[in-house]
Amino acid sequence: MVTIHEKKFVSGDPDKCVGCCVCEYACSLEHEKTFNPTKSRIRAVRLNPFVNLAVACRLCEDAPCVAACPRDALEQSEETGIILVDEDKCNGCGWCIEACDYGAIQLHPETKVVYVCDLCDGNPKCVEWCPEEALDFTTKDVVAQKARVTAVKKLLQEAKKTVSPQ
Amino acid sequence: MSYAGKILHLDLATGNTTTEPLKEDLAKKYIGGIGLGMRLFLDNSKAGVDPFDPKNPIIFATGPLSGTMAPSAGNSYAVVSKSPLTGGIAESKAHGFFGSELKRAGYDAVIFTGKSEKLVYVWIDDDSVQLMDAEHLKGKSPNETEQIIREELGDFYIRVSAIGEAGEKLVRIASIINDEFRAIGRTGMGAVMGSKNLKAVAVRGTNDVNVADLEEFTEFIRMIHERMKGPATRKYRTLGTPENVLVLNALAALPTRNFNQVTFEGAEKVSGEYLNERYIKKIIGCATCGMRCDHIGVVPEGPYKGATARVEFECLWAVGPNCGVDRLDAIIEAIYQCDHYGMDGISAGVIVSFAMDCYENGIINKKDTEGLDLRFGNAEAMVGTIKLMGSRKGWLGDVLAEGSMRAAEKIGKDAVKYANHIKGLELPGYDLRTLKTAALGFSVSYRGACHLRSGAYSPDVKGKVDRFKIEKGRGKIVKNGEDLYDVVDSLILCKFSRGVFYEGLDEMAKYYTLATGIPMTTEELGQAGERINNLARLINIREGKGTREYDTLPPKIMSVPVPDEGIAKGAIVTQKEFDIGLDDYYEVRGWTKEGIPTVEKLKELGLNDLVSIVKKKTKPKTSKKKAKGGK
Repeated sequence: MVTIHEKKFVSGDPDKCVGCCVCEYACSLEHEKTFNPTKSRIRAVRLNPFVNLAVACRLCEDAPCVAACPRDALEQSEETGIILVDEDKCNGCGWCIEACDYGAIQLHPETKVVYVCDLCDGNPKCVEWCPEEALDFTTKDVVAQKARVTAVKKLLQEAKKTVSPQ
Repeated sequence: MSYAGKILHLDLATGNTTTEPLKEDLAKKYIGGIGLGMRLFLDNSKAGVDPFDPKNPIIFATGPLSGTMAPSAGNSYAVVSKSPLTGGIAESKAHGFFGSELKRAGYDAVIFTGKSEKLVYVWIDDDSVQLMDAEHLKGKSPNETEQIIREELGDFYIRVSAIGEAGEKLVRIASIINDEFRAIGRTGMGAVMGSKNLKAVAVRGTNDVNVADLEEFTEFIRMIHERMKGPATRKYRTLGTPENVLVLNALAALPTRNFNQVTFEGAEKVSGEYLNERYIKKIIGCATCGMRCDHIGVVPEGPYKGATARVEFECLWAVGPNCGVDRLDAIIEAIYQCDHYGMDGISAGVIVSFAMDCYENGIINKKDTEGLDLRFGNAEAMVGTIKLMGSRKGWLGDVLAEGSMRAAEKIGKDAVKYANHIKGLELPGYDLRTLKTAALGFSVSYRGACHLRSGAYSPDVKGKVDRFKIEKGRGKIVKNGEDLYDVVDSLILCKFSRGVFYEGLDEMAKYYTLATGIPMTTEELGQAGERINNLARLINIREGKGTREYDTLPPKIMSVPVPDEGIAKGAIVTQKEFDIGLDDYYEVRGWTKEGIPTVEKLKELGLNDLVSIVKKKTKPKTSKKKAKGGK
């Protein structure tokens, strides 16, 4: 069983993301051997110029997409936490798509079965290509650590300012 | 291969469509983008067509790299038509997201002709092409139009290229805007769309875009991506083009107050440094490009609070120093308004400064200006004039909406002295009295005054030549710059990325072949650039605008010496040196003294089928010579 220290996923940083979609192209290049963002497993969203973020599978604990599948076509890997799709069982009914809060599992335009981030065998190409280092292949505990460290740094710097001796 | 292999014809009067295959020889000869667009324009239009006539085609063309992961080129498209400003060839490019979508929908080019009875937008959903009612979009900005169309068609990822009120009202400097900030800015293409009652083009493309040699191509773009993180693009990633403000000011080459001065005392306050520190909220990027150069400025307080615009040097200069305005809040507001109405920010600013000059010189007064006190430096009046122009409101707005050349004629008196345009297109922000290679380059540019047709300002600014004179040799610099930029604009590489091609045309030729599978040598690609430049010249000649008398400089540049104290004082372009420059340029081009390509040159470039265009022009001269000999 994969531990939380081992279960890595693709995490996006909205402060760094510029909405360039290079991740989408890298994904379609790796998986489909073509350039086509509509077949990418990670999708960039630009709400406005200031809000950009690329979203891929979160590798949820007790993944709702798996639970929602009426045909047992989805299974979560014990080893890595990725969602495995049995393409013979999947009939594209889309219950998993509705169950996913992040739009991370999608219906493939050609195969008409669902597809989702598979972490490129442990070396996600989107992370490798991202020119802004806005994508991280990391674990949730490390994400939390980083956020904590940043917060404390900021707090203490501000605290320093307020208590700094003259 | 990376061409879609298909050209779409759409008659806006009927909604009828036809498609034709893209022939490989046409593709190789004209590459794509502006080259392919101009050839299709020539073949699909008749001489003398009015730019607003339904028969004037407007062409959206993608490039051979559009839709691929090519950084800076995967996201591009070009628009070509006949310009309502110059009456000659018009072309403009934009990046963002729209171009890749159009390619994925399956098109190397879309040729729009005819005029719809009512305002419509075109909905291209891969193979399905429909005219959609757009009456509810009347008067909406390009950005609002995009949002509404996405909403009503129900797909967040639909990309839209649209005009605003200015285009609908045939404002001759109207632009077409995609992805909120990206403009087909120059030469009035928005007005041509408006004349066809075409509000927008909305696209969803779901097809794969494949390249000929995926493995090598991937390695190539990996290299380009890496170079983009390096020194060649530093400027665009850090301060952005507004870095030019202080650079040009120090060189006495920053046109100020409608080219009355060449240095601006308020330069610090509108510098790239000042801008980035106080106004730039985020720097974002276009599809497939990690350079990220879009400096998005937001006004944090004051009367223009909330105004948001992508701030580049040219527009900043046009509405800023060029109007004597040293307030960045008003500059950002003005650029926002240009995007909102859908107008070229360069032309808009230069037209406002023209009006200010007329006002200062008593040619127009407050009765003409809807009460605006149009003195140089009045930021509110500058913004106000842009709004009048964008909506053709009042006498002033309606006159200025015609562009500075026509406005000067309409205003009469001495107004022409203050109009800064070449061939009808307004000057960008380089003073041509102190950057004289640029003077030559801008004058011969086929789309009118333009820094992006040859980059001829570069050797001046970098100190590679004596920038205070025109001498023999400048013609070659301009020609080489033009031919290269014709290639760049036909591959539709973003010009900000031109520096990442360390090996220049060699690498561009390789890029082309890896993507398309069509063999292309460096020489062939260079010749394609030259061919495209000659093609553009031929179109201008066909339209009666392509000869020596149209390669001009504005009166200010040739008759008003620079008044600023210092290195530039007294600088002016004389007729004599200008003629030396033109003669030199025509000679290296293999053109006649009148600036007409010779039959031999056209044959050398494989333009045999277009020889008739110059034969008409060159005949009288030879017969004249014969007559003389007979005597």
